[in-house]
Amino acid sequence: MEFFRIHRTIPFMRYSLILNGISLVSFLIAVGFLVFQGLNLSIEFTGGAVLEVNYPQAADLEKVRATLAAKGWGESQVQNFGTSRDVLIRLPIKPGANANAQADQVMDALKAADSGVERRRVEFVGPQVGSELAQDGAVALLITVIGIMIYLAFRFEWKFSVAAIVANLHDVVLVVGMFAIFRWEFSLPVLAAVLAVLGYSVNESVIIFDRVREHFKKMRKASVTEVIDSAITATISRTIITHGCTLSMTLSMLFLGGPALHYFALALTIGIMFGVYSSVFVAAAIAMYLGVKREDLVKPPKKEEQQVVP
Amino acid sequence: MNRYALWKYILIVIALLFGIVYTVPNFFGEAPAVQISSQKATIKVEPDMRDRVVSILHGANITFDSAAFETVGFNSTVRVRFQDEDTQLKAKDAIEHSLNPDPKDPTYVVALNLVSRTPAWLTSVHALPMYLGLDLRGGVHFLMQVDMKEAVEKRAESIAGDLRTLLRDKSIRHGGINRTGNTLEIRFRDDETRKRAEDLIRDSNRDLALKEDGEGTDLRVIATLTPAAIKSVQDYALKQNITTLHNRINELGVTEPVIQQQGSDRVVVQLPGVQDTARAKEILGRTATLEVRLLCEAPEDLSALAAGTVPFGCERFNERDGRALLTKRQVILTGENLNDAQAGFDTQTQEPAVHLTLDAKGARIFRDVTRENVGKRMAILLFEKGKGEVVTAPVIRSEIGGGRVQISGRMTTQEANNVALLLRAGSLAAPMEIIEERTIGPSLGKDNIERGFHSTWVGFSVIAVFMMLYYGLFGVVSVIALSVNVMLLIALLSVLQATLTLPGIAAIALTLGMAIDANVLINERVREELRNGRPPQQAIYDGYARAFNTILDSNITTLIAGVALLLFGSGPVRGFAVVHCLGILTSIFTAVFVSRAIVNLIYGTRKKLTSVSIGQVWRPDSGAVAGAK
Repeated sequence: MEFFRIHRTIPFMRYSLILNGISLVSFLIAVGFLVFQGLNLSIEFTGGAVLEVNYPQAADLEKVRATLAAKGWGESQVQNFGTSRDVLIRLPIKPGANANAQADQVMDALKAADSGVERRRVEFVGPQVGSELAQDGAVALLITVIGIMIYLAFRFEWKFSVAAIVANLHDVVLVVGMFAIFRWEFSLPVLAAVLAVLGYSVNESVIIFDRVREHFKKMRKASVTEVIDSAITATISRTIITHGCTLSMTLSMLFLGGPALHYFALALTIGIMFGVYSSVFVAAAIAMYLGVKREDLVKPPKKEEQQVVP
Repeated sequence: MNRYALWKYILIVIALLFGIVYTVPNFFGEAPAVQISSQKATIKVEPDMRDRVVSILHGANITFDSAAFETVGFNSTVRVRFQDEDTQLKAKDAIEHSLNPDPKDPTYVVALNLVSRTPAWLTSVHALPMYLGLDLRGGVHFLMQVDMKEAVEKRAESIAGDLRTLLRDKSIRHGGINRTGNTLEIRFRDDETRKRAEDLIRDSNRDLALKEDGEGTDLRVIATLTPAAIKSVQDYALKQNITTLHNRINELGVTEPVIQQQGSDRVVVQLPGVQDTARAKEILGRTATLEVRLLCEAPEDLSALAAGTVPFGCERFNERDGRALLTKRQVILTGENLNDAQAGFDTQTQEPAVHLTLDAKGARIFRDVTRENVGKRMAILLFEKGKGEVVTAPVIRSEIGGGRVQISGRMTTQEANNVALLLRAGSLAAPMEIIEERTIGPSLGKDNIERGFHSTWVGFSVIAVFMMLYYGLFGVVSVIALSVNVMLLIALLSVLQATLTLPGIAAIALTLGMAIDANVLINERVREELRNGRPPQQAIYDGYARAFNTILDSNITTLIAGVALLLFGSGPVRGFAVVHCLGILTSIFTAVFVSRAIVNLIYGTRKKLTSVSIGQVWRPDSGAVAGAK
């Protein structure tokens, strides 16, 4: 079986302008949504309490809301979680009140309304812990970016380092942007998934750059564009197959992993799909725009004739 | 050329054996068990308790797997294992009924537990099943913050008391010692007295930084706690609180509780497998602090109390039955001086009593106070959320040295137990507050495990089938390498007893997805070499050589992301990061060594290799299918 019967080098770079244009536009849209609509942050970042309860039959959400409103928690978010029998209740943050005790009170109120209700999970995060977790998350992202940039500059050359990071951050922003657009819950595991996607994406770019370096060495007379095109063409089979395999893993997690893993798997899936796109089309193109040349990667042979001194 | 030296094969075999031995414990599962331990200090669990429990179970017609008497440190317990949880619950009820006839005054703690079924010969080499995080096992997680401000202020207050005694003993007259926050202000009338006082304080106390202030006849010394002193108060408060939490948690009968210091003022408490989470929260949430003070018993004080006012220098508190008492403001001892409080019996009268054990400093202070105040009454106060209550207010009969104090009289055994419990609870050096809580019910935990592993398994099967179809024998080799990868990963997690969380299971799935990358790289490269017309042995050699650098590079970048998460993540996310990083390491090892070793075994020895089974090697110029087997 061979899926990739490629007769000649595909001229990827010819379309680089259009493709990068699309990337830029989508990037700007994502940023716009992030800034104006914001993320639907989980309580791990905002602080607050979450209660997950299970009913023996399909839960009547309206009744739950009414029970809560009667006790003064009208602003709680009540929604189904996974199956129709599981209900997730997110309690509003009342300044000064002990959210911990509130969760217990809510549970009592629900039990009074329907004795079959079972508490499956309670999470309570104090506000200062929430802001600390948010800070830690941001720092982790920063460290990852810096670490990768240093490593790539060291392994290849600074232009590649910049190109890779720009392309892959574009990935990250797009994934996070989609979470903003669709108001999916952004929790700590989702942040972890985003960081994993970043690492994986850069991984892709590295493989392509490696090939570019090898082709620079082999194809002495070719122009930069031709070298890059041939490198990408040579690796396209591997790129698609690997992504297919990883996607099958994340898709299986998405559909079979249950509600707890749902958004995590979603972030991974979207991230990997954007990852192919950015690594193949965007990273190398940016490197090209930055003016990468053969000499950046391959040390030129010493010209010995010039050392003859009369 | 495609040969591995013998030592490399041996290394791989050793790694494989290691993998198998340390992965196997995970498949033994856990047995539900009931654990019986003693609640009272005066009663210990003896070996004959085991037979007693066995006869109870026989009487109730309950079958069990095994019953053993075990000693862990100073605690002895009896542990009985059962086939399933229904039997476990029935047994618990039967044993509880029989051993604790009065439910209000339990002698023994009968707790539910899950014990691993791993055979002893495995556990002796430290081969244990993976340590499951709370989101997989069910249980409670608390993050508690110590109110350090209060701890430091209490220390300042107690130093103020010490200074008053000191100055009085040396007959240095002063105009009063006032405390604001961490600063003490002592007033003097003339400079000479002030200087003498300063020297005296400096000699006797290294925790204070002194500064002179004021002028004329209103001279003052401002004493503040040094930063070193503050830090030592904080450290001590934290350690003391951790010890107290340990004691409280032991009362719950939880196996493997985790109580750890986090940062400079926080404590993490994790109680896995706890099935009664409300009770756990209640016991841990008690944040009482303890104080010992003398009572204001002068006639004018009592008449003021009767009239409803509180005289200067005294403070009013209620006893447990509602009556009001006046205590002096000065605190003699705090909870940090109390080491232990146990219910027991008076040595002479056999009445129910509470035995207190004070630490060295507390013993000394107590001896001095009791010597000087025979016949007077002393109050033991418990403060909860700022409000104080008198636990007991006994009469001091004689000087009490040695740090062992007995409080008796007018108590039933029940009350003695309660008082001891409250006093033990009160030996918190500073109040604690729960700032983060996670409670996962056990059924959710099981659900999570099942779904996590199921989805991993499905994904793996899809990949395996595809690889074998697309890459032929090389695909089979890749799948074997992947399986070894997962096995080594699980073995490492089990040996390191790293916490496996739900995101951790996801990380296993992700590792598989990423590890396939290395194998695809190699296979594609070999195909390409074959496509370019290289002879097969050479193609294999070149393919691996070229791919190696790329594999290393790409894995390192993913590792950077993993390490960043490891450093800054917490809770379930840290579980993800740990598995992710370990997974990358095992991926590199298996992709580079193990798959090469297998390929070498299959093809390396064939001198005249004409073709390899790597699926279809399509050549662009001929357009036709080339050698595949």
